[in-house]
Amino acid sequence: MNAAGFPILSLITWLPLLGGIIIMCVRGDEATVASNARWTALWTSLIVLVLSLVLWARFDTGEPGFQFVESVTWLPDFHVGYRMGVDGISVLFVLLSTLLTPICVLASWDAIRVRVREYMLAFLVLETMMVGMFCALDFVVFYMFFEGVLIPMFLIIGVWGGPRRVYAALKFFLYTLTGSVLMLLALLAMWFRAGTTDMTVLLHTSFPPAMQDWLFFAFFASFAVKVPMWPVHTWLPDAHVEAPTAGSVILAGVLLKMGGYGFLRFSVPMLPQGSADFAPFMFALSVVAVIYTSAVALAQEDMKKLIAYSSVAHMGVVTIGIFTFNVQGISGAMFQMLSHGIVSAALFLVVGVIYDRLHTREITRYGGLVHRMPVYAVVFLVFTMASVGLPGTSGFVGEILVIIGSFRVSFWLSLLGGTGMILGAAYALWLYRRVIYGRLTRDDLKAMLDLSPREIAVFAPLVLLTFWMGFYPESFTSFWDASVGAMVEHHQAALAAPMHLAGLAR
Amino acid sequence: MMNWPIAVPEIVLSVCGMAILVFGVLRRQGSALICTMLCLGAFLLTAMLMLSTASGIGYSGLFVVDPFSTFSKLLILSGSVITLILSLDYNRTHLIDRFEFPVLVLFATVGMMVMASATNLMTLYLALELQSLAIYVLAAFARDDARSSEAGLKYFVLSSLSFGLLLYGISLVYGFTGTMEFARLAHALTDPATATAGLVVGVVFVVTGLAFKISAAPFHMWTPDVYEGAPTPVTAFMSTAPKVAAVVLLLRTMATPFGHLLVQWQQLIVLVAIVSMIWGTLAAISQENIKRMMAYSTIGHIGYALIGLAAGTPAGIRGVLIYMVIYVFMNAGCFAVIIAMRRRGRALEQISDLAGLGRTDPILAMGMVIFMFSMAGIPPLAGFFGKLYVFLAAVQAGLWTLAIIGVLTSVAGAFYYLRIIKVMYFDAGGEAFDPRPPSISLVAAASGVFTVFFFVFPAPILSAAQAAAGVLFG
Repeated sequence: MNAAGFPILSLITWLPLLGGIIIMCVRGDEATVASNARWTALWTSLIVLVLSLVLWARFDTGEPGFQFVESVTWLPDFHVGYRMGVDGISVLFVLLSTLLTPICVLASWDAIRVRVREYMLAFLVLETMMVGMFCALDFVVFYMFFEGVLIPMFLIIGVWGGPRRVYAALKFFLYTLTGSVLMLLALLAMWFRAGTTDMTVLLHTSFPPAMQDWLFFAFFASFAVKVPMWPVHTWLPDAHVEAPTAGSVILAGVLLKMGGYGFLRFSVPMLPQGSADFAPFMFALSVVAVIYTSAVALAQEDMKKLIAYSSVAHMGVVTIGIFTFNVQGISGAMFQMLSHGIVSAALFLVVGVIYDRLHTREITRYGGLVHRMPVYAVVFLVFTMASVGLPGTSGFVGEILVIIGSFRVSFWLSLLGGTGMILGAAYALWLYRRVIYGRLTRDDLKAMLDLSPREIAVFAPLVLLTFWMGFYPESFTSFWDASVGAMVEHHQAALAAPMHLAGLAR
Repeated sequence: MMNWPIAVPEIVLSVCGMAILVFGVLRRQGSALICTMLCLGAFLLTAMLMLSTASGIGYSGLFVVDPFSTFSKLLILSGSVITLILSLDYNRTHLIDRFEFPVLVLFATVGMMVMASATNLMTLYLALELQSLAIYVLAAFARDDARSSEAGLKYFVLSSLSFGLLLYGISLVYGFTGTMEFARLAHALTDPATATAGLVVGVVFVVTGLAFKISAAPFHMWTPDVYEGAPTPVTAFMSTAPKVAAVVLLLRTMATPFGHLLVQWQQLIVLVAIVSMIWGTLAAISQENIKRMMAYSTIGHIGYALIGLAAGTPAGIRGVLIYMVIYVFMNAGCFAVIIAMRRRGRALEQISDLAGLGRTDPILAMGMVIFMFSMAGIPPLAGFFGKLYVFLAAVQAGLWTLAIIGVLTSVAGAFYYLRIIKVMYFDAGGEAFDPRPPSISLVAAASGVFTVFFFVFPAPILSAAQAAAGVLFG
């Protein structure tokens, strides 16, 4: 059947729903239900995490194709099947999702006090959708998960969010949906042309060049909103500011990666000509994102907003890497996405810690926290440095690879993309200075407690991963080296084919 | 050729209806419940008879039984059954629990079943008339309520106008071809080049008359007022079974006799679909009354369904049929929730009355969330699949403009569906609704399960729709 001997991907995907059903069945007074819901969600997500580690252990890094493949007939008349499988590009995103979910559950332990049952249920449904989306090998199945993510996320922002949550939730939903429905049309066009929605077949179907441009545009509409790329990024700061901490963590950690993953899974390999045609356009938007949103981040008063804008800038580096079409660039984009998934998620948790204590995210309300919260200051420092891209942390590897990759395309591209690193250092260090250093003047700050054991448990794995990725990137890049190599080769061959034909004709 | 047994289900249902009517008259007081039960039994019996009726054509080409008609009739019967279940409690609390109600629903259903089988413009007209007459009375059923009477009258007057247009169209078609039988019309109109201007005008009038019945814009004006005024179970009825019947009637009329005139009527359907989608969506956004909002939502959904017809292919027809199945069940679920909106026995209709439902009745609120996301077409809920198949047909037929407008209006439509969710969960709430009666919970739960789990095993409905659609465009 597959390397694990049983349908492990389906198990990882659907197990959280089982936890959700258990949570729904809990009866009793409010406190009992809340406590049961928390523990059930935690255990479910931990079991899923352990199961997903099987993927880590059993994944064959030498194999560029899909592994752990499952296939069940679903709509035989339409050649649509329930197909699951992972390759080097998706497997680590699955792990990222299963890692961040228990962390989110832990981070919301005390912060969420109303409707705990529904909250935990939403997170488990969200986990199913995220994992399913990264595992799907059928376009229709992919689309279902891709859009299905919107339902729990909309509710998480809207029900448990801040004061402007309604506006933020609606904006998030409608922005993303607009992009997605255009992708749906592209899906239908490809389905009609190829006669199937099996992604393994679509990856080797060549579409006519004129059609590729349109398809690329439709995909772009969907993934650019998800990434998000400038100028369709405006939903992100609103969504982040209003979402509860754990919602921001998932949003920054996994949901933004869905856009990058989409570009790597669909746009680049399926539409080589379209991607090549649009690459300069993508570079332009990415460079604007890197420079402009970094500058915007400098001016922010709200910590979450600052990190949200920094996410846009970091994801701009990712899109530069993807569209260089060389091994270093794409590998760097992959690394940057994983690193950002951990670091920005951690930064939102860092903000969440002091927000839980003081219920404000205004930067000027803080200062001098190092005197009262030394452990917290260290944790914050680690992630600030990782966000800046200090060598030895995860942020460095991705950025340097992307810059090398982009240098092979154009000097100016790498120069402009690299300015993001400088500006990034400016806003991140300045934020750190204003919050952690300085004189401790306010009384309420003097009473702040350092990290609790629960919070240390939340941060420990993230700190560990940040250094692991920084010091020994090989253990992560080896997962996707084969797949990325094959993708780049396929891309070059597809672009060369028409030229080759023209050469023969002459 | 008489071949009268092919209409046995309809005959049996009519006889049952008359018997129940006599029974109710003789028994007078307090016979509403038992008559409803008898009608439900009659529907069940009809469904069983229908499944055992062989396909064929009878009554000298007036009436046909084929997979298409059987598929449609089963769906129509489901809509009627749901209506009767929903009406049980509502009619009792609103003191309109008279035995005529189920009997009228039954006769409307007979009309709709004949509509699904009509293969002659005359049968078509008579069946439509039977269905409409019953519904005029149903709309005005709460006769002490001015709004209900107004709804009945309005529906009657505007509907008569549309019948006038339809009859005019039929007479033109008859005048230019000399026949009303679908098969002969199809034969006479094989070459679109020979279609005279008068005939095309006739077809346009027929389409207009039917567009009125399916409340497609720009012939939708009656819908919001009638939906708002009619008793809620009647609104639920009007938005499900008769819509299905009118849509399948339109499908058969366009595909069989006028199938070769595709080029002539395609632009018309495209236009009607676009106007319905846009107007249904935009007008729904500003509604405060949930029944009015549902009326505009129906208009929008009809627009999406018409995309499949505009494609003019069996794949498109299949898309429409799947759309209607899904639409009936999620709509029934929505109306179950709307009927449950009641405080101290008084029905509430404002969207703002739903505020806080997420806290006071989490199960019902979760049901409504499911229906709203499904209506908005978010996967993996059923509503998404409805849209998927019609858009697929549109893309296959190369109708890109229609498909792009369709997906964009579905985003705009998501806004007003999300508004309901916003009100239920995000707004500070009022007090709890009255306890839900079991009949309402039953309908909501059944529709909810259908909507959520449709994606798990859709193959039976898809292949049934496939077989049904294969009959048209023969």
